[in-house]
Amino acid sequence: MNGRTHPLEVIAAWLLALLWLAPLAYAFWSALHPAAFATSFSLSAPWTLENFARAWNQAPFGRYYFNTVVLVVLILIGQLVLSTLAAYAFARFKFKGSGIAFALVLLQLMIMPDVLIVENYRMIGTLGLLDTIPAIALPYLASAFGIFLLRQTFKSVPQELVEAARVEGAGPLEILWRVYVPLARPTYVAFGLVSVSYHWNNFLWPLIVTNSVEARPLTVGLAVFGAPETGVDWSIITAATVMTMAPLLFAFLLFQRQFVQSFMRAGIR
Amino acid sequence: MSDQVVISPVVRQPRSYAWWNAVNAWLLLLPATVLLVAFTHYPILATIRHSFFIMRRNGTEVFVGLDSYRSMAADPIFWRALVNNFWFALGTIPTSIALALLMAMWVNRNMRGRGFLRLAYFTPTVLPMIAVANIWLFFYTPDYGLLDQLRGLIGFAGWNWLGDPSTVMSCLVVMVIWKEAGFFMIFYLAALQQLSPDLEEAAAVEGASRWYTFRRITFPLLMPTTLFVAINAVINSFKLVDHLVIMTKGGPNNASTLLLYYIYEVAFTFQDSAYAATLTVVLLVLLSTVALIKFGYLDRRIHYQ
Repeated sequence: MNGRTHPLEVIAAWLLALLWLAPLAYAFWSALHPAAFATSFSLSAPWTLENFARAWNQAPFGRYYFNTVVLVVLILIGQLVLSTLAAYAFARFKFKGSGIAFALVLLQLMIMPDVLIVENYRMIGTLGLLDTIPAIALPYLASAFGIFLLRQTFKSVPQELVEAARVEGAGPLEILWRVYVPLARPTYVAFGLVSVSYHWNNFLWPLIVTNSVEARPLTVGLAVFGAPETGVDWSIITAATVMTMAPLLFAFLLFQRQFVQSFMRAGIR
Repeated sequence: MSDQVVISPVVRQPRSYAWWNAVNAWLLLLPATVLLVAFTHYPILATIRHSFFIMRRNGTEVFVGLDSYRSMAADPIFWRALVNNFWFALGTIPTSIALALLMAMWVNRNMRGRGFLRLAYFTPTVLPMIAVANIWLFFYTPDYGLLDQLRGLIGFAGWNWLGDPSTVMSCLVVMVIWKEAGFFMIFYLAALQQLSPDLEEAAAVEGASRWYTFRRITFPLLMPTTLFVAINAVINSFKLVDHLVIMTKGGPNNASTLLLYYIYEVAFTFQDSAYAATLTVVLLVLLSTVALIKFGYLDRRIHYQ
């Protein structure tokens, strides 16, 4: 098929790519130029970081960054530990009710915490955790997706390795730690990238359970900052928008291949 | 958990071995189980229960049977949200799937700069919806926004894109297509790379046109991927409401509201959690239906196990 690409198709593919990048390019343009040039594209337009400085000073973005990083790390660690233990139980132990238990876990793939906002809010309220970072994290700590993905990986671990460790006198947790976890590294990376991007970007649930600067992640902070009633300059809002997406975008540009592969594995579950 | 679990079945009797196995397994499952029950299973049951009750001012619950469902059936905004969800899905899914397929075919070719093309197509996927909404909000701003500036160049007057019920949905659909197409592309790309090149070569030798080869060979072979992507897209279309908070708040006149957004409004703006529970039951039923189709279909696929 290599020789048969029509030149027109190459042009179309490139046009579509440029069109696809345009909104992002536009955001960067507007963030890096004075407000007067927000809609006039001139090569002589002066570049400036002023918008970033003003956005940073007008809202506690430093705190929002901190909250988001804490949130993402908290969720990732919780998910990795809980999914590893649960996946190990499903992959290597035969016990009564494992089929039903696994089906009940998979239920979360269909009905995600994202849609149970009303009752989860009530639950967080009962626990007295409203407006805290753990409140944002809790519903996501047990991840059906993580359990499912790791169970599949664990099932493919060669039995001989497990037997060898057992002969050496390793207990179940030691076997998990020394045999299963190292062999599942690619799965951990894939799951980790998807989890971090998902929770860096997540918005509705954090919006619902937080209402103070101390707990708000970046996405919610951005929404509060950019609300029309605040009357903030457009260029400054785009600067804040760029700040919100920059770390993830940067990571994506660096580890493009891993990102694409991870998202693919996440989709095909 | 102690190390004595590893005792081989030869030493212990099979029954106690099985018992130990079960204890260990449940201990491993315990942390995840507690959280899953607390934030998935219990909330589902509580949602269903609360849909049959209302809360009095003094805080007591009163059983009202199907009353909430009756008022839901008579609530025009609920129907509006449901119909909007349908149009939103119909507007975004087929187009983004078609674009995704086109992108994947291009990126799969030995084309100049295909690394860059893949990057360009996929980038919107990793951006937060809320940031995307901010950027696109500016495109659609009347007069001052980019779209109206462009229209101004060819002499058109400004238009309140998001403020007009006849254009608001299309505007949001275009944005979501932009956001999602690159994500679907990677599934087609994976599928295309697994197709045998012999098929296309054979078709080429036979003198089949590219379009014919695509229509009769490639596309049918990609059918499982298409179904898979379509089902995921349907589930996404029920979850995707972040942009509404920033761009339209469901307006104007509920022209862009979606079911999950309406639930959010009813629960947290109007503070009517009983009615929000009733609406959530509808969403749960819809999602379960899609999920049953998905798992029924996935079960027959090789990569599932």
